[in-house]
Amino acid sequence: MAKIREKKVPMPEQSAEERIKNVKEVPLGYTPEMAIEEAKRCLQCKPREGKEFPPCVEGCPVNVPIPQFILAIREGRFDDAIKIIKERNSLPATTGRVCPWENHCEKACTLGKRQGYEPVAIGWLERFAADYERAKGFAIPPKPQPNGKKVAIIGSGPAGLTAAADLAKKGYDVTVFEALHEAGGVLVYGIPEFRLPKEIVKAEIEYVKSLGVKILTDVVIGKTITVDELLEEFDAIFIATGAGLPNFMNIPGENLNGIYSANEFLTRLNLMRAYEFPKYDTPIKVGERVAVIGGGNVAMDCARWARRLGKEVYIVYRRTGAEMPARKEEIERAKEEGVHFMFLTAPTRYIGDEKGWVKQMECIKFELGEPDASGRRRPVPIKGSEFIMDIDTVIVAIGQSPNPLVPQTTPKLKTTKWGTIEVDEELRTSVERIWAGGGIVRGDSTIILAMGDGRKAALSIDKYLSGQDRSWKFKAEG
Amino acid sequence: MGYLIVKKVDLAPTIKKFEIQAPLIAKKGKPGQFVILRIDEKGERIPLALMDTSPEKGTITIAALEAGKTTKKLNSLKEGDYIANVAGPLGKPAEIAYYGKVACVGGGVGIACIYPEVKAFKKAGNYVVSILGARNKDALILKKEIAEFSDEIYVATYDGSEGFHGFVHLLLKKLIEEGKHFDLVLAVGSIPMMKSVAETTRPYKIKTIASLNPIMIDGTGMCGCCRVEVGGETKFACVDGPEFDAHLVDFDLLMTRNRRYIEEERIALEEYKKVCGCKEGC
Ligand SMILES: Cc1cc2nc3c(=O)[nH]c(=O)nc-3n(C[C@H](O)[C@H](O)[C@H](O)COP(=O)(O)OP(=O)(O)OC[C@H]3O[C@@H](n4cnc5c(N)ncnc54)[C@H](O)[C@@H]3O)c2cc1C
Ligand SMILES: Cc1cc2nc3c(=O)[nH]c(=O)nc-3n(C[C@H](O)[C@H](O)[C@H](O)COP(=O)(O)OP(=O)(O)OC[C@H]3O[C@@H](n4cnc5c(N)ncnc54)[C@H](O)[C@@H]3O)c2cc1C
Ligand code: FES
Repeated sequence: MAKIREKKVPMPEQSAEERIKNVKEVPLGYTPEMAIEEAKRCLQCKPREGKEFPPCVEGCPVNVPIPQFILAIREGRFDDAIKIIKERNSLPATTGRVCPWENHCEKACTLGKRQGYEPVAIGWLERFAADYERAKGFAIPPKPQPNGKKVAIIGSGPAGLTAAADLAKKGYDVTVFEALHEAGGVLVYGIPEFRLPKEIVKAEIEYVKSLGVKILTDVVIGKTITVDELLEEFDAIFIATGAGLPNFMNIPGENLNGIYSANEFLTRLNLMRAYEFPKYDTPIKVGERVAVIGGGNVAMDCARWARRLGKEVYIVYRRTGAEMPARKEEIERAKEEGVHFMFLTAPTRYIGDEKGWVKQMECIKFELGEPDASGRRRPVPIKGSEFIMDIDTVIVAIGQSPNPLVPQTTPKLKTTKWGTIEVDEELRTSVERIWAGGGIVRGDSTIILAMGDGRKAALSIDKYLSGQDRSWKFKAEG
Repeated sequence: MGYLIVKKVDLAPTIKKFEIQAPLIAKKGKPGQFVILRIDEKGERIPLALMDTSPEKGTITIAALEAGKTTKKLNSLKEGDYIANVAGPLGKPAEIAYYGKVACVGGGVGIACIYPEVKAFKKAGNYVVSILGARNKDALILKKEIAEFSDEIYVATYDGSEGFHGFVHLLLKKLIEEGKHFDLVLAVGSIPMMKSVAETTRPYKIKTIASLNPIMIDGTGMCGCCRVEVGGETKFACVDGPEFDAHLVDFDLLMTRNRRYIEEERIALEEYKKVCGCKEGC
């Protein structure tokens, strides 16, 4: 057998100079030849002693049968590859682009553990299989026998869509309720076009619909319909409303014009397509010097969008680069695209002009002190280090909290002090026949963890509604 | 597909009333709440107050003043046309209770917004005094409809073509100075109007409620675009409001924030004028 290549087969991508002039995807995808070449690197591991799955599959929150689909690609059976993936993952073109593989399957990859070897490019291969199928047109899966039971899903993000697809495949009559005019949750309003084209999200949602799932947009649960009313009409409910409440720092001047939450900035651009104003009606106004506050993926997305609008962009983060929670790949791309980084710095107040627009930002410098609860060294402000920076747009990307709308209008649901909904190990809430998962349970989360929750909830709902396990032993503390 | 316009009525030259098929919202909508609509695929999401609901017919009623592109386009739609998206009811319902004597002050299209509250306050046993303000006689809307549920009704016009000559807060001031007593004042209208009403009632310590109209996107608390300051605290008007204690609202900030897109709004309107096809050229 030929020697295995040490590095992944590289994926072609747009150069930094090119891509900041458009909103197209950065990595361009594998050709069939490249995919087959990469698939050859897979060692086809078997489950370890006492484990159900091989390491990579263990590492995947939805347990995609990774070695099997990679084998299918290697043998040129691309239709089989996507069929295998879709047994476990209904949104492969999405996860094949924006899942943090380095923390899951690729982290567990046996090849990657060898000295000098990169793991198999599992994410890129998944993307290849999904793109192959989309280009060809979806195979509509056979409809199962309806079982006469109705499930309501609140929220159409990755958690809701996954639960919906899994339940529909089992014959449930599934309705998804979405507050916005478009389904997809963060996939449509949060993640930028250049990382996850909206056409692709649309196609994935069409697939979920083809399984028989109904999606009702413009329905704000808690307002348009209450959870109690849903309980009357449906046999089970899965709450997947995400963590969509933007946090602000509550410092002076934060309501000046030109200061956005990351959610507003991204929603205007992604969901409302403000980058195509006036063809689309929703405008966005961005000055020349943009400060993005925060160091996570959301901050990187905002910074990279602002670069594509032709602006000078500064990421302002209170710890150092080593502590930034964003994916390495996103940080690298932001750097390549000319985003400036200011570490150990945070704003203390904003200063406006006579018309109420932000024109300057006062910042303070930090140094790293003792490790805090998260194990990261705590940033300590340096007295007297304040300085003023000229800035005309600020994007606050310091995290999101769970959306309180559903818990507020459903007082029986137990929540934590962070506003997340309390659940047991099977994602059952304090109210019988209601499950919850994704951002609303985890606070900040990832797509694949939200999808994992959707899958887990679907299994538990099926167990309950099919009468296998009718117990409801919610063990909330206090 | 979308939400069918079943009826359209001209209330004034630039204010149109629409009855729209939206059964779920019709069942739930309460006075003080609003909807967010999007006319078509390329449209923006705009908030409009719920003027009326009919759970039996499954319809809601809204009224829009032509302010810019979206409201002009909306007002050009006809019976039988569809609106792509209507979501609601959003925001907190008004706190309708028995207060005693309630003054409902509406300015311009704000008259449509006070209409359901006039009705509700009356039903809750209050003595309702409605005070309507408009640019002129022709721009005055819903006088008859509001009179039906009011114990007293007064009108102010800027040009004096009907009723009191001048701003509506000055009419309110006059009534108070003449010895009228109010336990609650509700004000809905332009930002300067609501601010002036708040300043009018402040010295008399009359509890005053204003319905704020910041720019919104989602209307569910997700974006923070609708931030307002009330009593020094930041609130999201779409979920915490839209009604707030007018004596605590920072109206100047609201005014400044609502001017954020003035340039873009102008561009949108110019572009629309090229294609809108109306004889008057908008
Ligand atoms: C800008 C950004 C970039 C990100 N990038 C990545 C990434 O690259 N990789 C990754 O793994 N993760 C990423 N994440 C995180 C990831 O997107 C989330 O963890 C994930 O979307 C959570 O999924 P969810 O289904 O729980 O909720 P969401 O995706 O938030 O969806 C919730 C849905 O519920 C709807 N909803 C809320 N309330 C109601 C209601 N009352 N009635 C009806 N509908 C309601 C919302 O409108 C929304 O559509 C990113 C997040 C953001 C904000
Ligand atoms: C809770 C709420 C309820 C409302 N109810 C009604 C209603 O019942 N009837 C009605 O006619 N209008 C109502 N409005 C105002 C309405 O939403 C705006 O007039 C509309 O968004 C303007 O859109 P446009 O594209 O036509 O104008 P734009 O071109 O966006 O704006 C034109 C002018 O209107 C001003 N403007 C822009 N956005 C708003 C806004 N959100 N509020 C006030 N002024 C704005 C701008 O400063 C500009 O001068 C309400 C607003 C809120 C927040
Ligand atoms: S409109 Fe988005 S939070 Fe209020």
